[in-house]
Amino acid sequence: MKAVRFWGTRGSLPVALTARDVREKILGVLRAARGRPLASEADVESVLTGLPFAAVGTYGGHSSCVQIDSGGPEFFVCDMGSGLRPFGQWATAQRKGIAQTFHIFMSHLHWDHIMGLPFFVPAFIAGNRVVIYGSHEGLEAALRRQQDKPSFPVDFSIFGAKLEFVHLEPGRTREVAGVAVTSMLQRHAGDSYGYRFEGQGKVVVYSTDSEHPLAQAEHAERFVRFFHGADLVIFDAMYSLADAISVKADWGHSSNIVGVELCQMAEVRHLCLFHHEPVFDDAAIDAVLAETRRLEEITRGAHPLHVSAAYDGMEIAL
Amino acid sequence: MHLQIATRQVADAVIAMPVGRIDHRTAGEFEAALTPLVAAAAAAKGALVLDFSRIEYISSVGLRVLMIAAKKMREREAPLLVTALQSVVAEIFAISRFDRILTVTATLDDAMALCSPAALAQHRAGSSPAP
Repeated sequence: MKAVRFWGTRGSLPVALTARDVREKILGVLRAARGRPLASEADVESVLTGLPFAAVGTYGGHSSCVQIDSGGPEFFVCDMGSGLRPFGQWATAQRKGIAQTFHIFMSHLHWDHIMGLPFFVPAFIAGNRVVIYGSHEGLEAALRRQQDKPSFPVDFSIFGAKLEFVHLEPGRTREVAGVAVTSMLQRHAGDSYGYRFEGQGKVVVYSTDSEHPLAQAEHAERFVRFFHGADLVIFDAMYSLADAISVKADWGHSSNIVGVELCQMAEVRHLCLFHHEPVFDDAAIDAVLAETRRLEEITRGAHPLHVSAAYDGMEIAL
Repeated sequence: MHLQIATRQVADAVIAMPVGRIDHRTAGEFEAALTPLVAAAAAAKGALVLDFSRIEYISSVGLRVLMIAAKKMREREAPLLVTALQSVVAEIFAISRFDRILTVTATLDDAMALCSPAALAQHRAGSSPAP
């Protein structure tokens, strides 16, 4: 496996910057540029250097969709949130007349994780193959229902690609186009499943929409084993710990604190915060990232843990 | 690894001072020690003050124990205060947002002042240097 690309990183509901948000960013950059030389392109670029990510970029607003670049010609994708639409357009641009195969692994069937399928261009192209994997019994029915009238104007008959559904037995590793894939049951309303991908000496874990009951030691041990030695863990860090175990207990999500603790125990190399709270603006997510890095620093043991926060368009080399 | 907790009654308040780390190994001991203190304080509607000056670290599992204790105290309208956090623990409280849902004071004196005039007076009398 070569890299991971994030096409949708927002939790629960897609969001977008408003005109006011963009204006505030522009004003911030102009203020930072005040009094500085701007004659050359390098001068202009240098103004941006050193400004916080939230001042010059955005975490984006598409709901969950993550691509794992296996290094092979077939595509690996986790979840079909609204980020599946830009992914599909990008993948189609790579097509060059050759039929494509997509392996899509579903954490669960809530709207924010399936809403991209009706807009997934590769599914409309004859010759393509779209294989959708999951451990929910109602996987295919949920996706068909999403496109039934009156919710959507066209049903599955519009798709030109060959759609296949594959049931994965949790805990049983399956070989898919050179990558070993194992799913694991997670705590979330209606159940969710995490995925561990292993290939070419690299390990990536996708674990979103997953609540961690702190009182159950065996639960934590199960996740430590699932995460163990991973090069990258993509982790649902939607809420603060205080919210996750009080007013938002049983909402099925986790926190940056639990992410750091599990990854430290599992000797993970890189923790990527994911499934961002939709009410958070870019500055709020920047703050969560800074705090999480600080937490890792003050609790660091023998294995340093790199911490990042996913944004739409981000690529992590493995 | 064991977690030591010393307690003392100060007027209508109880001060509990745990020592060490509250992590996945010791959180059970912390909960077991805290539960009867919470029950007694809540029944008496007296304050329970957790003096964290000798706590070096607290994990999510330990914070959960605090959350449960605070909830039980709140149900009986009895105050739970956490005080004198070491810098690392103070950062963990801030990052976890526990500083927003628990009453946290900088010093034990500040905490006693929030308990009752009698608790503050006895605390100050007890901590004054001998003449």
